[in-house]
Amino acid sequence: MKTSGMKNKDNDKTAAANAGFGPALTEVASSPHLVESGRTTRRMMIDVLLALVPVAGAAVYFFRWPAVRQMAICLAACLAAEALFALMRRHRPPLADGSAAVTALILALSLPVTAPWYTAVIGSVAAIGVGKALFGGLGMNLFNPAMVGRAFVMISFAGALGAAGYQDPGSSIDVMTQATPLTAFQQSGVSAGLADLFLGRTNGSLGETSALACLIGGLFLCIRRSAAWRIPAAMLAAAGIIALLDTGLGVEGWTAAHHLFSGAMLFGAFFIATDPVSSPLTPLGQIIYGAGIGALVMVIRLFSGYPEGVMFAVLLMNALTPLINRWTIPTPFGGQ
Amino acid sequence: MGWFGPHGGGDGTFARGIHPPANKHFSTGCAIEVVPCPERVVLPLQQNVGGPCTPVVKPRQKVAWGELVGRGEAFVSSALHAPVAGTVERPAMTTLPNGRHMPAIAIRTEDPGLTGQDLWEAVFGGPWSNDCIGSYEPQQIHEAILEAGIVGLGGAAFPTHVKINPNTQKPIHTLVVNGCECEPYLTADDQLMRQAPDAIIAGAFLAGYAVGARRVVIGVEDNKPEAVESLRRAVGRTGIEVAVLKTKYPQGSEKHLIKAVLGREVPLGGLPADVGVAIGNVGTMAAVARAVVRNRPLTHRVICVTGAGVARPKNLMVPIGISIGEIIDYCGGLTAEAARIVAGGPMMGFAVADRATPVTKGTSGITVLTAKDIETSAAGPCVRCGRCVEVCPMGLVPTKLAQAARTGDLRLARRHNILACFECGACAYSCPARIPLVQWIRVGKTQVARSQGR
Repeated sequence: MKTSGMKNKDNDKTAAANAGFGPALTEVASSPHLVESGRTTRRMMIDVLLALVPVAGAAVYFFRWPAVRQMAICLAACLAAEALFALMRRHRPPLADGSAAVTALILALSLPVTAPWYTAVIGSVAAIGVGKALFGGLGMNLFNPAMVGRAFVMISFAGALGAAGYQDPGSSIDVMTQATPLTAFQQSGVSAGLADLFLGRTNGSLGETSALACLIGGLFLCIRRSAAWRIPAAMLAAAGIIALLDTGLGVEGWTAAHHLFSGAMLFGAFFIATDPVSSPLTPLGQIIYGAGIGALVMVIRLFSGYPEGVMFAVLLMNALTPLINRWTIPTPFGGQ
Repeated sequence: MGWFGPHGGGDGTFARGIHPPANKHFSTGCAIEVVPCPERVVLPLQQNVGGPCTPVVKPRQKVAWGELVGRGEAFVSSALHAPVAGTVERPAMTTLPNGRHMPAIAIRTEDPGLTGQDLWEAVFGGPWSNDCIGSYEPQQIHEAILEAGIVGLGGAAFPTHVKINPNTQKPIHTLVVNGCECEPYLTADDQLMRQAPDAIIAGAFLAGYAVGARRVVIGVEDNKPEAVESLRRAVGRTGIEVAVLKTKYPQGSEKHLIKAVLGREVPLGGLPADVGVAIGNVGTMAAVARAVVRNRPLTHRVICVTGAGVARPKNLMVPIGISIGEIIDYCGGLTAEAARIVAGGPMMGFAVADRATPVTKGTSGITVLTAKDIETSAAGPCVRCGRCVEVCPMGLVPTKLAQAARTGDLRLARRHNILACFECGACAYSCPARIPLVQWIRVGKTQVARSQGR
């Protein structure tokens, strides 16, 4: 955004002799002339990757090497898809911005460890291609790319990735032999222990089982201001209130805390709902959006056939984001 | 103990805004030096908001120091005076710091007149009596300001006689004097408050009296304790208050200063007078005192020459019309790292490319930035992180304004109150995608103004 140096039109001789500071300085640019150093889009993406370290670590700890394999497949597939779609549009592949890696990890961590390799690949290509590139690349997409990819494979491979697909009775990995806590409670009324939910000793998608890891990474993101804190705060508040209304002090040992620590509630609140591109810009909009996701998750959990609903809740609220932005134009300083 | 006592109103700050590194250390505490009289000054015919002035001198005519050389014709325009004694040259064209080409009156100096300390004493020094208030009528003060060609010296350069006007339709209860100097780097006002508090107090007293204000409050950010101390000593029995405000950019915006001091919000699209407030910069007040008490026009101002790109940063008193190149030479020239010369502060100043660009009445400083300071990375796509919304002191959605400008969507621009933006730059400073938001918003404002003019 720079224009070349202005020509000195002064017709006076002295001034003409005086003109110009030399070639390096004849560049003019619009104010402000300073930027907040250390805060770039890339740095925001790196923050998300750093925040995912405890989550990925917990996944590897509980699910062993298949977790590593899953993340590696998604990373490779997402980066390849990003490069492919960029080249198809004759753009330089923007791999360095880190956004494809973020999508890859969030997708990998939101899939069950039992997911066949090809579902991870197809999900990755759908996430980058349908979720992002079709809309025009980074910043243009309406929906959270990772959730687009996950929804695509969830519906296409319902058998492998549905609630039943999480359980592998023959597995040598302990947690995988159980049903996920939400499925177990919905179908047989068995409540998981709160400590197990908190630490992550339960079955589930790779990144969602450890509430502790999600909290550590999520708080880091909020403190770094790389995620809008209002979204997880509003989402957890809304979900918590509905859960309290539903369970009271606990139904068969299942309390509001179980709701918050189980499934993808925390992983979704801190890592999925906070995707800036597909969430509202305005502070009030972020609260409405977060609360809407929290409420929808609880509606799906309590009243639908699905045990969990973070993905659908996020996608539905993504669709409302442009409208929320429009409804919540802030009152300017001095406005009525 | 609070700063405004029991009858304050503001809480000493405003919502949102940013905290850029102050970088005032380059020139803080440097005593104001008087620049030697230049061989030639170039006075653009328009240095202020409003209409240009009309020359009243001819080429080869001799002019004395302080003689009127241009008369403001419109109500919102201001007079122009010779800052040196000399001969008027042929009509010249010059480039204003903001890039506009402007006809100018050039004067070749023949008699340097007062120099150094004598000039300082004549402009800011000496005793400034505060007991003389009864000897001036409000109308007389207004006329003295009008004749002296005083404009807002904080940067906006709005003609002061329009604001300090006893015949106003809207009664004024408070005069707020702006000593915030919230721009990073700049220290000119700070140093003026330290060195010439009596002139500022006298001017504030006169201006307050002229507008019929019951209160006069000087707002200073809390990163200038010496200035606060100096003003408080000078206040004497005038009843003028000194309000210490939290350091935050853009505290020096007049609307945000009124909010911080009085707790009142100037209505959207309105003026300070709508909430009964008149406002002026500390340097402007000193010029008012000089115009009224000593009957001298605005010919000199204090500027700050600063940044890692200039060899010896200084605070200077310079004649209006001296070239930026000469001032930089006086400060030891540029360093090897110098990469951009900004007239004004780094947040709202204009990049200049021409040594001959003159200092105008509104030039508050010359900031020379290095390549490291300006970080010219390419703009990326907006990821809608909302940082610009979090920092905008006007409560706007800058990325939407930029989008509206880029796509020419004037309805979107109006719905988001694009004209409320005063281009402080907090959004572009904070944008992680490095989108030149202010530049786009300027484009959008021009489009909206043009469509309304039709």
